[in-house]
Amino acid sequence: MAKPKTLKRHAAEVTGAAPERVMVVHCPDWPVLAAIRLHGMKQDAPVAIIETGRVYSTSASAREEGVQRGLKLREAQARCPELIVQSRRAEEEARSFEPVLVGLEEFVPNIQVLRPGTCAMKVRGPASYYGGEEEAALWLLDRLDELGVSSARIGIADGVFTAEIAARMRRPGRIHLIAQGASAGFLAPLAIEALEDDKLAVLLKRLGIRSLGAFAQMDPDAVRDRLGEDGARLQRLAGGLDSRMIQARTPPTDLARSIEFEPAIDRVDQVAFGVRSLADDFIAGLIAQKLVCTALLVELESDRAEVSSRAWLHPRSFSASDVVDRIRWQLQGSANEPSLNAGVVAVRLDAESVDSIGNHEQGLFGTGPEERVHHSLSRLQGMLGRTAVLTAAIGGGRGPADRCTLVPWGERTLHDREPNQPWPGSLPQPAPATVFNPPRPVNVFSGEGVEIVLDDRGFISDSPAMVSAGGRNIAVSTWAGPWTTEERWWDAKSASRSSRLQIVDTAGTGWLLAIEHGRWWIEARYD
Amino acid sequence: MSSVALVAELRERIQQIQSPDLDLRTLPTHPALAELLPGGALRVGATYSVESSLTLLMLLLSAPSAAGSWCGVVGIPEFGIEAAAGFGIALDRLVLVPSPGDQWLAATGALADALNVIVVKPPKQASDSSVSRLSARLRKRSATLIVLGSWPQSEAMLSLTESSWSGIGHGHGHLASREVTVTVTSRFNSRPRSAKVAL
Repeated sequence: MAKPKTLKRHAAEVTGAAPERVMVVHCPDWPVLAAIRLHGMKQDAPVAIIETGRVYSTSASAREEGVQRGLKLREAQARCPELIVQSRRAEEEARSFEPVLVGLEEFVPNIQVLRPGTCAMKVRGPASYYGGEEEAALWLLDRLDELGVSSARIGIADGVFTAEIAARMRRPGRIHLIAQGASAGFLAPLAIEALEDDKLAVLLKRLGIRSLGAFAQMDPDAVRDRLGEDGARLQRLAGGLDSRMIQARTPPTDLARSIEFEPAIDRVDQVAFGVRSLADDFIAGLIAQKLVCTALLVELESDRAEVSSRAWLHPRSFSASDVVDRIRWQLQGSANEPSLNAGVVAVRLDAESVDSIGNHEQGLFGTGPEERVHHSLSRLQGMLGRTAVLTAAIGGGRGPADRCTLVPWGERTLHDREPNQPWPGSLPQPAPATVFNPPRPVNVFSGEGVEIVLDDRGFISDSPAMVSAGGRNIAVSTWAGPWTTEERWWDAKSASRSSRLQIVDTAGTGWLLAIEHGRWWIEARYD
Repeated sequence: MSSVALVAELRERIQQIQSPDLDLRTLPTHPALAELLPGGALRVGATYSVESSLTLLMLLLSAPSAAGSWCGVVGIPEFGIEAAAGFGIALDRLVLVPSPGDQWLAATGALADALNVIVVKPPKQASDSSVSRLSARLRKRSATLIVLGSWPQSEAMLSLTESSWSGIGHGHGHLASREVTVTVTSRFNSRPRSAKVAL
């Protein structure tokens, strides 16, 4: 019975009481501010945040150079050559807004986040506590300045919609107060685009309705007939009759746990023993919130003030012993991640991403063989090292070695190259069964015993007849190619130009040869 | 009794004595290989060896893996993942231990505890005692071992004896399809059996 319910809700909105007084805190250009805070850039740096090739948000200094929202990236860079371009990361925006919210919640409870950088709260409580709406806003602005968001603005009006528009309006003064009952008059001269509904704006403009006031004055029944419930709701917004209630967020509880060792411990097994109860406590904290952890952040601090911080991903979810394993592996380090060289004084665990426990519940009788496999493989990792036990996935790329992504058991697959892209120039099926990584050097000769070379246009000098690899000679019976691929030519560091050749030897085994920088390699064998 | 019949009878008795408690359960097997293998299928707890071809190895793994078995590959860093997926081996149930070093026997044994089919390429000849210890563990855990190379107690030895490619010429085309002859030598069959398989 979903439909009657929605109708009822709309009916409640129509007949709802006068909108309540709302205060909206708006931090202009929050995506830019978040990037500046996160990457430690200069406050006045010209920054543009890009989404799908177009400018999404800019800093004030970039705007002075003429960089505007909606501009193409190339155009923006032409207008402001020193522009720092960042792609948009919504979760970073949300994450960096979190400390601001926590700071505000110390002053005003029950805050609703409208979007990262903008939040709303009821004004009645703070106004009576601080002695007036404007006083409450001043207190909040002081707090925001302390939190380093000195550009934040506050709008106070009837209803969330009006208050947000008041807060976003560019005008002198950081507080924009619309008196009770004055919302309709304030909104009336604004352009219809303020409703942020492009289709409706186009339609209304064609009908000659250009301002919110004109839209609000239309017959509500006619609007409902023509534009449906959604249109009727927007008309009420335009008339300053936003009856939405503030839906306060529940502040998240802190899932992080830490432990300190005094004196410092310098043996891995002692640390592993010491963090056992920490890991149990961490997992218990998650379970109390009906959550499981799917990505874990481990921070280790040594007595020489070195900090080793690493995120670990889990294909399912972390158990306490998994957490202890990750801490141990991080202490042991590996070839490309140096381990700590001094005793450990503190271990800190935090959940980077969590999921509802309902999605990860084991079946009534356990998950049988999978669980057994996981235990055995984790034990084998303890024996041989974390990176010795691998799972594989097909990656993206053109060479056979590129197309293979190996991930240590217990971690999630992250592809360097997107496997679902078409990769034009990759070899046709069947794929070679034996892939040499790294490839092995060989020499390729023609029937006259002359070494075969590749010219600038990608042709080989003669038909290959003999391949000699490490003292062994392979006589060529048939061959095909060469196929030249030129990869990443725009980047001098990773650019590569190679030509591949398939040959079949007299025993019927296929080989994949490649020539790069004038040297021949065996890349794979079709045995 | 003719000498041929006598040899056959003796073979049968040796077989009975050598594998008193060999599991009679079988794994799903590629139909082309099933008719060549002794017993008509890959047997649980047994050891097979493949001469050198990874393609043949993948062909052996394909049917059990597609039917839900977990497979492990020990000591073969050049195992081609894409080809394996092409043969129908489920990559999410494939575990690789590419370079176990000296601990290859221990790693194989540990995998035998949890996985159904384990492939190993021994870097050197294993001692008889360690081979029989591993065989006992395989039988106990109902795992099947496939060795790339020779192995003292293997049930059968599979090799690619002929191979011809189509689709490739002298400077044109590309490797497209292949027909191979698989030959199985077994200590239970007096003569090697072979069959043509199109890949």
